[in-house]
Amino acid sequence: MGPLAPNEIISENTNFLLAFFIGIAFGWVLESSGFSSSRKLAGIFYGYDAVVLKVFFTAAITAMLGLLFMSAFGWIDLTLVYVNPTYLTSAIVGGVVMGAGFIMGGFCPGTSFCGAAIGKIDAMVFIGGLFIGVYGFAFTYGWWEKLYLARYLGEPKISDKLGLSDGLFGLFMILVALGMFVVAEWAEKKFPREEY
Amino acid sequence: MTINTSKDKSRKYLNPYLGGVLLGLVLLSANFIAGRGLGASGAIKSVVATTIGTVNKDAIGTMPFMAEYAESHSGNPMKSWLVFEMFGVIVGGFLSGAVAGRLKLKVEHSPKISSRRRLIFALAGGILFGFGSQLGRGCTSGSALSGMAVLSLGGFITMMAIFGTAYALAYFFRKNWI
Repeated sequence: MGPLAPNEIISENTNFLLAFFIGIAFGWVLESSGFSSSRKLAGIFYGYDAVVLKVFFTAAITAMLGLLFMSAFGWIDLTLVYVNPTYLTSAIVGGVVMGAGFIMGGFCPGTSFCGAAIGKIDAMVFIGGLFIGVYGFAFTYGWWEKLYLARYLGEPKISDKLGLSDGLFGLFMILVALGMFVVAEWAEKKFPREEY
Repeated sequence: MTINTSKDKSRKYLNPYLGGVLLGLVLLSANFIAGRGLGASGAIKSVVATTIGTVNKDAIGTMPFMAEYAESHSGNPMKSWLVFEMFGVIVGGFLSGAVAGRLKLKVEHSPKISSRRRLIFALAGGILFGFGSQLGRGCTSGSALSGMAVLSLGGFITMMAIFGTAYALAYFFRKNWI
């Protein structure tokens, strides 16, 4: 049955139309969770607001378990679902550069569009920066090509790397997330929570 | 800036755990329908590729990174799943903000810093995030969140690198936020 588009159950154009509706839901959930506010997002790094951690990890676990269950029920063929390839070096270096951008700019790309949609000028400027950064990378690609392609590992699953079944890894993730949620609730109470 | 009591605010924003479950269901739908996760930076890449191609068709041939991308999106780079999705994000964000009464043109910043300082850091942060998202093959949505949902090793590594670095640098930028 699923995934619908790769199985050609829906046409390419229907898939694009549904992408638009999925985007609306995505934007709605991000904005209504407070992700249109950079000060709320940055709160996770100072303990005064842990909304990022709570939403991000709950979402990752929900989707991960949903895929595992749908696969178990035979509703989705996971071999047709895109798994991000792992290029070890660029995954780390790219992540480090993004982390620096996150703490300086207070947004990530998706959330900056939500902020801009409700009129945050800082989010619009951040988006301007994104375009410069993407263009800059493309323009100087020759300098980074080696780094970009280094240590290609294929499309490994973290559960395989750890020698765990997907289900057991899922359980492990849930326990880790619950532990983090306890710390997050404690931190929000301990650190002053300014109104913004 | 409107000052809310925390009671007001908790009513206005979604409970974060509920928000997380809903976001997870959106991500699950994307995988079920399109066989891929959510994303954001890929849409920016499409716009940049289109712009370069429109302004100077020859330039794209001299930029291997973009040329490869234009080839894999034969026809029009704007006709991509992520571009349609990101148009939706703008609409969805706007609608949610409108319903909650949060539509307001403003620079959001800590009272301890000026708007100008906030905007300079927003620009610098955007440049770094844009650059890093291309090097890391996706941002917080496409690489970290969507990658984690399909148990991609790279997704977990990128997630840890993003948050780890932001925590490591938080002390140096604390004036901007607290």
